[in-house]
Amino acid sequence: MTFTALGDTAVVVGLGTGIDPSVLPRVRALTAALERDRPPGIIEVVPAYATVTVFYEPSRLTGEGGRPFERVCRFITARAGNLQAEAKKKFAKPGRTIEIPVCYGGEFGPDLAEVAAHCGLKPADVIKRHKGADYLVHIIGFAPGFPYLGGLPEKLHTPRRATPRKNVPAGSVGIGGAQTGIYSLATPGGWQLIGRTPLALFRPGAEEPALLRVGDRVRFKPITSEEFAAWK
Amino acid sequence: MEIKILRSGMLTTIQDLGRRGHRAEGVPWSGAMDGFALRVANLLVGNPEDTAALECTLLGPELVFSTAALVAVAGAEFEGMESWHPQVIAAGGRLKLGAARRGCRAYLAVAGGFDLPRVLGSCSTYLRAGLGGFAGRALRDGDVLQAPEIMRPMAGHWRVDARIFPAYAPAPTVRVVRGAQADEFGGVLFDSEFKIMAQSDRMGVRLGGRRLARIGGAAELVSSAVAPGTVQIPPDGQPIILMADAQTIGGYPQAAHVISTDLPLVAQLRPGDELKFAEVPLNEAHQLALERERTLAILREGLAQKFR
Repeated sequence: MTFTALGDTAVVVGLGTGIDPSVLPRVRALTAALERDRPPGIIEVVPAYATVTVFYEPSRLTGEGGRPFERVCRFITARAGNLQAEAKKKFAKPGRTIEIPVCYGGEFGPDLAEVAAHCGLKPADVIKRHKGADYLVHIIGFAPGFPYLGGLPEKLHTPRRATPRKNVPAGSVGIGGAQTGIYSLATPGGWQLIGRTPLALFRPGAEEPALLRVGDRVRFKPITSEEFAAWK
Repeated sequence: MEIKILRSGMLTTIQDLGRRGHRAEGVPWSGAMDGFALRVANLLVGNPEDTAALECTLLGPELVFSTAALVAVAGAEFEGMESWHPQVIAAGGRLKLGAARRGCRAYLAVAGGFDLPRVLGSCSTYLRAGLGGFAGRALRDGDVLQAPEIMRPMAGHWRVDARIFPAYAPAPTVRVVRGAQADEFGGVLFDSEFKIMAQSDRMGVRLGGRRLARIGGAAELVSSAVAPGTVQIPPDGQPIILMADAQTIGGYPQAAHVISTDLPLVAQLRPGDELKFAEVPLNEAHQLALERERTLAILREGLAQKFR
C-alpha cells in the first residue's frame, strides 16, 4: 500500500498497477472497510482501477493525534488490517450480474465500421466478440453513473478518436483503448461508439442513483432498433 | 415571498457548499466556485454558511422582490450593489447587478435562503447532469424563486474587515502542493505566467501561455480520482485547473493541486487574467486551511452580535 497526497484534501492509496481484475477485490475490500462508520473529517472514498482515494477535511483533523495527512494514513492503515483476507473472503467473486441491452451499429454505433476496420474484423464479428465477453465494473466516475469496464477482448482494443465528439448521446456504448464503457449523460467524448443502451445509467431520484456498482459483472445483450424504441 | 428574475445575467445558478458523498458514483461536488465568498454572503444575512445563494458570473441578474428582504453580495464586485455588506430591499424593490468590476463571481444571499428541494443532499446546480438548483439549470429571464419571508433587523453601521479576504487579484500567485507527476514537467509550472483562457468554466480553468512538455513517465496513466484544484496536463501541454463541476476521475498527468485556501482566487479569475504558481509544503497548506476556518469563526461570532 502506498500513500500519495492528492492536494490538501485527499490521500490516494495505491493498491496495484494497471487495469487488473486481480486488484479489484482489494479495491472493493478497502472501500468497504473505509466506508464503514466514517469518522468525522473523512468525507468520502473513491475507488478506481488500482487506487482508493480518501477525501478529508483538514481543518477537522487538527489538534491532538498528529498532522492531518498522517492521521488519515493511520486511519486507512488501521482499517486495512485484514485487507488481503477480506478481499479473498468477500470480494473474490464479482458482485451482481447486470445485463445491459444494446442496439449495436447503425445510428447508435457510428464508429462500428471504423472499429471493425481497425481490428481487421467484420462489424458483425466486433458485435459478437463485444457481447460475448464478461466485463467487470472497475470505476463509476468521470460523469455520474459512467462505468469503466475491464475485460474488453484484446482483439477489440481501439484507440480513442483523434478528435473527440462535442456531444455523445446518453447510453452510448464506447471503446477507449483497452476499456469499454457506457456514457451516462450526453457529454463530449472521445471513445469509439459501437452501440447504445436504452437503460438509464444514472437516476437522480433513486435511492442508489448509479445503476451499476464497482465489482458488478456486466454482460451486453444485443437488441434490435425496434426493441430499443419500445424499451421502457 | 417571490423573487422574480427579470434578467438572468450571463450565468446565474443556485449554489451551496456542494454535494458531498457521491464522488464514488461519479457525481462531483459542484457548489460555489468561491466557497469563502458564499459563506460570508450567508453570514452577512444571518444564514447558515451552506445555505444556497445565487452564483452570478461576470454579468449579474436583475431581480424584483415581492416582499422586503435582507440580502448581501460577496466575492466579485458588481455594479449595482456594494459587496460584503448587507442591504434591505423594500417590498416590490428591484436589485440590478450589472457587470463585474472586479473578479468573476459574486454570491447573492437572501436571509432565509430559497425554497428548493435538495437533490442528493444539496441544492447546488450541476449543469452538465441537469441536477439540483432551479430545475437543474441556470436561471432564465422570467423564472420565479420562492423564498421564506425572513427579515432580520441588523444593528448599526459596520464593515467586514477587508484584511480577512483572500488575496483576490487579477494576477495572483496561487499556492499549490506537488502532484503525483510533478517531476515529469521540470520546473516550468513555477517559472511561468499563465493566462486564463476564454474556454474556462465551472468544470475547469484553462491556462494558456507556456505549454508543459512531459519528460519521461508512463505513456498512458491508469485513471484514478481527481479533485477540485487538481492541475492536470493534457497532451497539448496546456494546464487545466479542475474546479467545482469537474469530472471525478482523470487519466492525465497531475502536475500540482491548488491548495483549498487559494481556490477562491482561481474562482475569481476571468478570461485574460494571469496567474503564477508557487509551491508550498502540505503541512503549510493545512495550516492555512485552519487559519481560514479560524478567521471565519471570528467573523461568525462577530456577526451574530449584529442581529437583534
